[in-house]
Amino acid sequence: MTPQTKTPKRTAAKRAPAKAQKAAAPARTAANDDIGLDTRLELFRRQVEIRDCEQRAYDLFLQNLVKGTSHLSLGQEAIAAGFAVAMQPGDKSFCTYRGHAHTLARGVPMEKVLGELMQRDNGLMRGKGGSMHLTSVEHGVMGSYAIIGAHLPIACGSAWRAQYLGHDDVAVCFFGDGTTNIGAFHEALNFAAVWKLPVVFVCENNLYMEYTPIGDVTAVEHPAADRASAYGLPSIVIDGNDADAVYREAQKAFAKARAGEGPSLIECMTYRHSGHSRADPGKYRPDGELEDWKKNRDPINIYKARLAEFGVGSEQIDKIMAASMEQVDAATEACKAAPLPPEDILSTDVYADGGWAWRN
Amino acid sequence: MAELTYRDAVARGIAQEMRRDNDVVFLGEDVAKAGGVFKATVGLFEEFGPIRVRDTPISEQAILGAAMGAAMTGLKPIAEIMFSDFLAVCFDYIANEMPKSRYMTNGQVKCPLVVRTGNGAGSRFGAQHSQSVENWAMMIPGLKVVAPSNPLDVVGLLAAAVRDPDPVIFFEHKSLYAMKGEVPDGEILDTLGTAKILRPGKDATILALALMVPRAMEAAERLAAEHGIDCEVIDVRSLVPLDTQTILGSVAKTGRLFTVEENPRLCGWGAEIASIVADEAFYDLDGPVVRITTPHIPLPAADNLEDIVLPTPARIVATISKSME
Repeated sequence: MTPQTKTPKRTAAKRAPAKAQKAAAPARTAANDDIGLDTRLELFRRQVEIRDCEQRAYDLFLQNLVKGTSHLSLGQEAIAAGFAVAMQPGDKSFCTYRGHAHTLARGVPMEKVLGELMQRDNGLMRGKGGSMHLTSVEHGVMGSYAIIGAHLPIACGSAWRAQYLGHDDVAVCFFGDGTTNIGAFHEALNFAAVWKLPVVFVCENNLYMEYTPIGDVTAVEHPAADRASAYGLPSIVIDGNDADAVYREAQKAFAKARAGEGPSLIECMTYRHSGHSRADPGKYRPDGELEDWKKNRDPINIYKARLAEFGVGSEQIDKIMAASMEQVDAATEACKAAPLPPEDILSTDVYADGGWAWRN
Repeated sequence: MAELTYRDAVARGIAQEMRRDNDVVFLGEDVAKAGGVFKATVGLFEEFGPIRVRDTPISEQAILGAAMGAAMTGLKPIAEIMFSDFLAVCFDYIANEMPKSRYMTNGQVKCPLVVRTGNGAGSRFGAQHSQSVENWAMMIPGLKVVAPSNPLDVVGLLAAAVRDPDPVIFFEHKSLYAMKGEVPDGEILDTLGTAKILRPGKDATILALALMVPRAMEAAERLAAEHGIDCEVIDVRSLVPLDTQTILGSVAKTGRLFTVEENPRLCGWGAEIASIVADEAFYDLDGPVVRITTPHIPLPAADNLEDIVLPTPARIVATISKSME
């Protein structure tokens, strides 16, 4: 098993000494910080907001207020936050059905997201899309795709448009480890590489392809990074639970894309705390695995400690957390009060004329 | 006015739109330097260069996915899928992605693109390179489906498809590429969703599409000459949008309806039209709607077998004359 070989070692090596040094070495300060305090606070805020909003989504699901299905990214927040903070406003995100985190990370209001999960009229798509299709074009969130791997070629198309028109936006495409075994993954990677497209492919390797350990169904240890060389790309594996590591790698990939040097493929090692979808309690995981990740490698705990290293007081951290919870509460109330979508939108927007008529 | 082949008309239509609008780009397998396996895109690479006319790997999902991503962010791509049979390889984009993006996002995402593809039999290619699959596309909400039968319609309908704000699947018939026809100089723009009455008649209406149109026309002439049956022939041209009005108007006049379809019988487009006519014009009918189709079998390769499968003018004449007795 062990999809985590490379990264955990790196993570442990990175983190353990940091803790040990804390007493002896002087605290890291804003003066020696390559990321900057404002950015760090932003990385933290977005992770917390994603966590709180998704936990609320789960609660609302238990109350039968979130309908259909939902796929949470609890435990994977550092990836969405790290990339989103590194993005520029015009950059385009392409997500999977596990896309709440990436949508929130781009600044889409919680009420719009929860409203869509609750399939109310105030939702992002007024209930016509549901949890798996979150889209907010004005925020650069160009859709969440419920067919595994479908969006990798689509992200190539967005990048192709940017290249063709000379725009400097990058297409960022998030997907899970399971996606790396579908044909579209390989078609898109080759296509992006030969056309040198400004697209960044981000594999969130959370160790499980739905209910099955990815290692059981994949011939290589790192399902994305080990295949990168097949497309002429460097193999990149990072600790996806460390928002700083994600942010730094994102910046590198975006700079490469904007410089016309083509695509990147980044494998972020992470772990989802919840099951695959709302129907899945995640019982297939070995005893102690989830607890270990929650206790020792939770991205939000990691980041709280990081902020403390840089001298951010607990008061400021608490304030950010309280503000997030206030937003979640307000969004929840607004969604509960929101009406169901009116039936007259049922047949709108099938065709560009606004309607659904396929014949005269 | 110049006489053009159907294949030259394809290149003429694409070139017209690329000259008019810099957002129109073209991609596909072997379409650029090689000019297309059917030579339907010769000259485009030379005129518009490698930035606008791009060869792709054999990656149908990447071709349609990239076309879609480009369309939803501002370009107007034309994507070629070499043989329409290969639409199955990238069917996710045809069935799930392109046509549903607008609806699922409550109108936020637009998907103006054209998928051109070589459809139909007649070249002895066998069951995986000869199918007529316009029905695959017709059944999906959100797509438009066009299939021209002559060079002039190719140019005009292709231009209309490129300018259309919805995803359009444009079925070119492989056995029509060599067909010649007069095409006026200058810009040509047709209208999607308009059927054309090619031959007025009073006794029966024949609906046909693509390769079946010249066959229906030939059959109509023979029915008139040999059986005294005066048939109105309608080139359907566009399955979505469907010009039901022209069809129902013709049935009201003639009282009889025959469809000539190259597709296998089951769920062919003629079945849908027969259903519409039964619903909305039942009392105009003097007899049952009769469908002339290929049987429900894969296409064989051999000359004699493929010829038997496709509706021929002789079969159309025999079926109609017998029904009208």
